[in-house]
Amino acid sequence: MNSVPDIFRILPEVILTLTGAAIMLIDASLPPTTPRRSLGWVAAIGTTIAIWASVWQLSLPQGAGFYGTVETSAFTIFFHVLICGIVLVALLLSLDTLPEDSHHQGEYYALIVFGAVGMCLLTGAVELLVVFIALEISSIATYVLAGYRKNTARGPEAAIKYFLLGSFATAFLLYGVALTFGATGTTQIYEIARLAPTARNHSLILAGAALMLVGILFKVSAAPFHLWTPDVYEGAPSPVVALMSTAPKAAAFALLLRVVYEIFPSLHALWTPLLWVIAVLSMTVGNLAALRQENVKRMLAYSSIAHAGYLLAAFAGLSTPDGISTSAIAAACFYTAAYAAMNVGIFAVITLVSGYEEKHPFVQDFRGLLFRSPLLGTLLIFFLVSLVGIPFTGGFFGKFYSFTAAVGGGAVWLAIIGLLNSGLAAAYYLRLALVTAQQPQNDESHAAIPRPHVGLAVGAALMFAVAATLILGIAPGEILHAADNGAHTLQAPPQAAAPTVTADPPPVQ
Amino acid sequence: MDTINQSILTLLLLVPLAGALLVALVPDRAKLPNWIALFTSLIGFGLALHLPAHYDLAQGGFQFVINQAWISLGANSGSIYYHVGVDGLSLWLVVLTGLLAPIGVIASWNAITERRKIFFALFLVQQTAMFGVFVSLDLMLYYGFWELSLVPMSILIAMYGRKDGPKAAMKFFLFTFIPSAPLLVAILWLYTKTHTFDFATLQLLIANGHFPAGPLCWVAFAFLFAFAVKVPVFPLHGWLADSYSEAPVALAMVIAGKLGLYSMLRFHIGLFPEQAKALAPYLVALAVIGILYGASLALVQKDFWRLLAFASLGHLSLIVLGIYGFTLTGSAGAVYQILNHGVIDGALFVLLGYLYDHYSTSEIGAYGGLAAKLPRTATLFVITSLAMIGLPLLNNFVGEFLILSSTFTGVSRSWTVAAALGVILGAAYMLWLIQRIFYGTESALVASKPASDLSLRELIVLWPLAVLMLVMGVAPSLWFPAIEQGVRPHPQHVQFIDLVKTPSTSEMEGPR
Repeated sequence: MNSVPDIFRILPEVILTLTGAAIMLIDASLPPTTPRRSLGWVAAIGTTIAIWASVWQLSLPQGAGFYGTVETSAFTIFFHVLICGIVLVALLLSLDTLPEDSHHQGEYYALIVFGAVGMCLLTGAVELLVVFIALEISSIATYVLAGYRKNTARGPEAAIKYFLLGSFATAFLLYGVALTFGATGTTQIYEIARLAPTARNHSLILAGAALMLVGILFKVSAAPFHLWTPDVYEGAPSPVVALMSTAPKAAAFALLLRVVYEIFPSLHALWTPLLWVIAVLSMTVGNLAALRQENVKRMLAYSSIAHAGYLLAAFAGLSTPDGISTSAIAAACFYTAAYAAMNVGIFAVITLVSGYEEKHPFVQDFRGLLFRSPLLGTLLIFFLVSLVGIPFTGGFFGKFYSFTAAVGGGAVWLAIIGLLNSGLAAAYYLRLALVTAQQPQNDESHAAIPRPHVGLAVGAALMFAVAATLILGIAPGEILHAADNGAHTLQAPPQAAAPTVTADPPPVQ
Repeated sequence: MDTINQSILTLLLLVPLAGALLVALVPDRAKLPNWIALFTSLIGFGLALHLPAHYDLAQGGFQFVINQAWISLGANSGSIYYHVGVDGLSLWLVVLTGLLAPIGVIASWNAITERRKIFFALFLVQQTAMFGVFVSLDLMLYYGFWELSLVPMSILIAMYGRKDGPKAAMKFFLFTFIPSAPLLVAILWLYTKTHTFDFATLQLLIANGHFPAGPLCWVAFAFLFAFAVKVPVFPLHGWLADSYSEAPVALAMVIAGKLGLYSMLRFHIGLFPEQAKALAPYLVALAVIGILYGASLALVQKDFWRLLAFASLGHLSLIVLGIYGFTLTGSAGAVYQILNHGVIDGALFVLLGYLYDHYSTSEIGAYGGLAAKLPRTATLFVITSLAMIGLPLLNNFVGEFLILSSTFTGVSRSWTVAAALGVILGAAYMLWLIQRIFYGTESALVASKPASDLSLRELIVLWPLAVLMLVMGVAPSLWFPAIEQGVRPHPQHVQFIDLVKTPSTSEMEGPR
């Protein structure tokens, strides 16, 4: 049906896999005493090539390879570039902040890269079994990375919690896939979309959709499936949190878009109110809990729950009276990018300030940061301002598009609740920002916290994050355009074609 | 000249930003940041003065307009435009903003001793945000600058607060940020119905009844609420006193009033005349309560920053009264009064800031008998206070007279009497303040410090302001033609013209 070699459809994934494998092999062949830092650069270079490969995929005609299981389209490429970008920044961040003598550095870098393979594949997969496999690849890598600091008490706790709850959630997803298969006899997404509205056993479809939603909402840490988030974020090393609070979520949101928009558009009367409620819950629960946190990472964990809520607000605007709105999809895509930029940035700053061992994780430890290190203080305030959603930053336009979509879909109350919530959120973001700007208390505690050192790699990581946040806030045209293109390449809902099932050619190109 | 007119507003927005960047890059040595900030703000003021010099009154309407697509929001939806322009309403407010910038820099010259780079960089960013609010004609752009103006202000209050900066900053930020959430939803609602953020287009659509009346009421209310907090209007003034007593002088003089009042005129009455008219009686009542409440509280304050805060509440409420009286004279008087309030408040802040820097207390009781030691300070303080009280021949008199007389003839006599009572109370607290600080027996605090009167630097700031108060008092006709044109309703706004009551006793021409 198409002349594009199948391998091109998964080129970024292939490159990332080869990079990961190469890192493992080099790691094994190096003498144990040699520093492993250079492996991080290998990973960074491999990821850069993967970004380039994703952009190159734009020149391919849209379509699916490997018997209609993996797709490339503007949508998948948007998320590929986003995920690889996040991974690259996280790698740069790790390069300068992992202590020289930390154990298993080779595996660390390899796992990050393998995790990226899973996340990328997840956004491109149009077959539910591939979706499941991709989700597992990415999840297992993050489970291990969460427990990387195994000599601390929090590290293994985080890993085990994440693993147990995460596998449980994945099981839900798998069960949902199985039920959907039972109802329609296929696991190919477009086939399901075609068959689902006329399936004989409608309750099976409903159960399948519900279970899949549970699995995905767990991954994006939306309330009420959010309980793992603060503990895992607190226990995992900060560079890993920078990665796992953004990249797997971006992938999961891409999957969520596929599920609600491509597989079950016919059920929109059910999932629209459901996602409305979950959006409100996530925002409110996340923000209220974040207000009371003293540990900065826990605070940001709750804030990420709230941001999942803001993003889900766009989903509530998906179905408008004139059909499903592509601008809502674009809004969701844009929000993932904006959130990723500022969140990776703020975790980069936190990594530098609290240190790898996190001896200084509390809000009060940031007191006077603006004076200790004017650069980091300014950046921290900048990212916080973006998280608050002040105009001319990415955070603002993310919220703006998301709530525009919600208002466009008639969910005015959701927008009001959401924006009032962002007022609530401003309280704790601002608290940290103001502490940063405050005079240091006295010279003793001032001297106790070391002055963070900003190396080359971390500098580059911070620069990327700042540039991305600013560009998304001041000139988001290009990226919005890309998101819009992506939204249009999602397969249009086959509602109209549904009644005449058999005569239709398969919607796969 | 045409190219300058084409780009003057962009320059006006960029110059302070460029200055901020420069301040951030240079080393903090030999008052370098101060000089750059002063230089930049003087350029900004010069650029702002270009506007009234080249505004074509005969033509009217928005001039110096730049309208370029900025962000396209998708294939079949609208765009955000970089759409700026100035009309009679915003013309002098831009100049006022430009004027207060160098004054703020000079007032902070010695007061800000540490982290000058951060202070002046943020001060200049604040400047851009305020210019932006006054010149934006695209609702989204406007909202951007509106929100942006919160950030530098909050950070600077937190950093330089006198006692509990972070608390005041938090209060200020949340008080103004949370009401702008409904404002944003309201803007988005208008956008989703029309796919445009353009002020003029929306004005026309609303006038032509393009929107259902019910939701539009709520939209108008959301606009009003956000602005009323920012002004502030009684009972939303909770943040004002703390911010006044904590904010550095240079920022305190711009923290209240003009942004909110301008927004009321432009975006509440300008966009939703009918809805505004419906709420006007309530706002008139709140304004009068605010006048009396502010003046009464100012009478009993023991701290001069707080006294100034409540005095401002009173004066700002008077302006609100002028705006929502829905008379042409009253609106013009209100705009004029915004300018007066800016000038007088600026001078008072410089003077009180000077006292605070020298005696490190804002407790009125600690002062006494200063006039003998600091004659120049006393003279200027008395001039400024007399202007504030509304002495004829000084600027406040003009505005207060226009507002009160138009309210008397056009709105309600009893409310006017009550408001005038507030003005009398205003004279009482100011004169009493002068008496307590400058006259009477010399207090221990004053005796303990060597006398050091205003230096040349302060005088350079204060004398021009004092002269300005006089000129604005005797020759308001220099300002009124533009202002009058600015507050005159849009010709296409048919309903609005019917709503405006013809002022019966006024030197100004009534609407057709």
